[in-house]
Amino acid sequence: MSRSSSDTGKAAAIDRRAAVALVATGLMALLVPAARAQEPVQILNVSYDPTREFYREYNAWFSDWWQAQGNAPLTLRQSHGGSGGQARAVIDGLDATVVTLALSADIDAIAERSGKIPADWQTRLPHNSAPYTSTIVFLVRDGNPKGIRDWGDLIGEGIEVITPNPKTSGGARWNFLAGWAWALDAHGGDEAQARDYMAKLFRNVPVLDTGARGATNTFAQRGIGDVLLAWENEAFLALAEQGGDAFDIVVPSISMLAEPPVTLVDGNIASDAQRETAWAYLQQLYSPEAQALAVKHHYRAWDSSAVPQEALDRFPELERVPIDAFGGWAEAQPRFFGDGGVFDQIYAER
Amino acid sequence: MAFPRIVAPSPLPGFGLSFGITLAALSAVVLLPVGALLGRGIALGPGELWEMIDTPRIRAALGLSFRAALIASLVNLVFGLLLAWVLVRYRFPGRRLIDAAVDLPFALPTAVAGIALTALYAPNGAFGQWLGFRVAYAEPGIWLALVFIGLPFVVRSVQPMIEELDREVEEASATLGASRAVTLRRVVLPTLTPALMTGFALALARAVGEYGSVIFIAGNLPYETEIAPLLIVIRLEEFNYDAAAAIGIAMLMISFAMLLALNLIQSWTRRRTGHA
Repeated sequence: MSRSSSDTGKAAAIDRRAAVALVATGLMALLVPAARAQEPVQILNVSYDPTREFYREYNAWFSDWWQAQGNAPLTLRQSHGGSGGQARAVIDGLDATVVTLALSADIDAIAERSGKIPADWQTRLPHNSAPYTSTIVFLVRDGNPKGIRDWGDLIGEGIEVITPNPKTSGGARWNFLAGWAWALDAHGGDEAQARDYMAKLFRNVPVLDTGARGATNTFAQRGIGDVLLAWENEAFLALAEQGGDAFDIVVPSISMLAEPPVTLVDGNIASDAQRETAWAYLQQLYSPEAQALAVKHHYRAWDSSAVPQEALDRFPELERVPIDAFGGWAEAQPRFFGDGGVFDQIYAER
Repeated sequence: MAFPRIVAPSPLPGFGLSFGITLAALSAVVLLPVGALLGRGIALGPGELWEMIDTPRIRAALGLSFRAALIASLVNLVFGLLLAWVLVRYRFPGRRLIDAAVDLPFALPTAVAGIALTALYAPNGAFGQWLGFRVAYAEPGIWLALVFIGLPFVVRSVQPMIEELDREVEEASATLGASRAVTLRRVVLPTLTPALMTGFALALARAVGEYGSVIFIAGNLPYETEIAPLLIVIRLEEFNYDAAAAIGIAMLMISFAMLLALNLIQSWTRRRTGHA
């Protein structure tokens, strides 16, 4: 009695197992080739704050272009945040396919600390791997009531200057260096004078936001300050959002040649197909169409062949100092913004 | 028994299982992260740790963080008690609505609270333009944000105690000739003290670590309005994990000492007043 019941139990179990195996095999046979053919290549672009609108449009354009070349559809995702925080996320394991950050120091940090990017990454694409550039300009209240024309006016009595914290914001580092470059030029290369100028400038700063967007909000929405030091593209954006009659853009005599660089995160590449797609994604940033998109989003382009002349007239000529004048970010970063660097000293001396 | 019993046998089964699950859950969310932080500190050694913390800027940030948290919790202690008292003892239209609103600081993302408070109290804001002094982008702004996020703690700890207060005791006190102030001081407050202390300690602990709402309203100027949690973020941006951990450990130690002191005061008052 007990034996026969155990036998039937065993038989049923075997039957069930066989059935499960059969179904599973059938499903796999159905799914695996289909999955292999359909699995789209994934690209995650880890970027900084002000590029959100640009990359949304570029991704749509690239996706169409890529399929028009006879390739399979792909999945494009983008992530935005403060440049330094995004770099740290990639170091800590965010599986970025490409990074498009605010300054090369942040990509250097990924290369150095995670080893997922080769040290010579900046030579892999044209123009120091910066497909578009920008600069630092002043945004002032309508009609420029305080008469701010150049960097020298920022340290005047009763002028309030808004800039984010260079410790937490990539844009703010460009702001700082632009002011330093002007002061150095104005005082015949005297560094002590330049430091003195920066100390006076930061004495006029009432709020240090953690990021560029936050500083723009403080100036535009909260009405704090007489002048905002901003990315040129952020300044145009603030102008567009406010209908154009709340602020004026003032272009100083000297500013920085800000090169927000892009590169592939080699250590996160899973397949040859993904590598090929990701390189195309970065290289097409230099195409006339993408360059025109960059101009539309207020960046300065290298190739303006597809850009109407009136769109270019917004960008006045000015002397733009490259970061190489400071020995590159590898030297400028620790010297000015590291622990105990020039920025810390300015505050410690107050 | 194969192993010594560490607790008295209970008629209810399942101590081993429930204790195991509790310990595992507590380890995963509390003990391991805190242990990792302390581990980093031990690896550094106390001398180096102290050297990292003992700078004017970190002293200023820690001082600001704990001072602002203390001020905010004291404000919450007074107004939280008042609010709880009104909610329990009086019946008025909209009481349930206000009662529900007390929990809003728990539900609202703190960044939203910070931005909303900044918009209202900025020099061009709805309230800020009428005030003679700066609130947003100055230290009072930090107090305000911390009062906001800490409010529910005192109210929710004291409310049930007020509900349980025997009105007859207050009436007896009045018939025995005590004035209202004496009844409040000698009869009502001593009963509520343990709950008030608990609420105060919770609000304080919450306020010390608050980041999201404060950075929007503080102004974040080094030595002036830079809170210690922001300094931790700044150290992380510099990839200086050791210095970040050092500030974290300093905050942990000070918080621990403060909470311990509060607990000691509480058990002392309990013994003195005879309330359990």
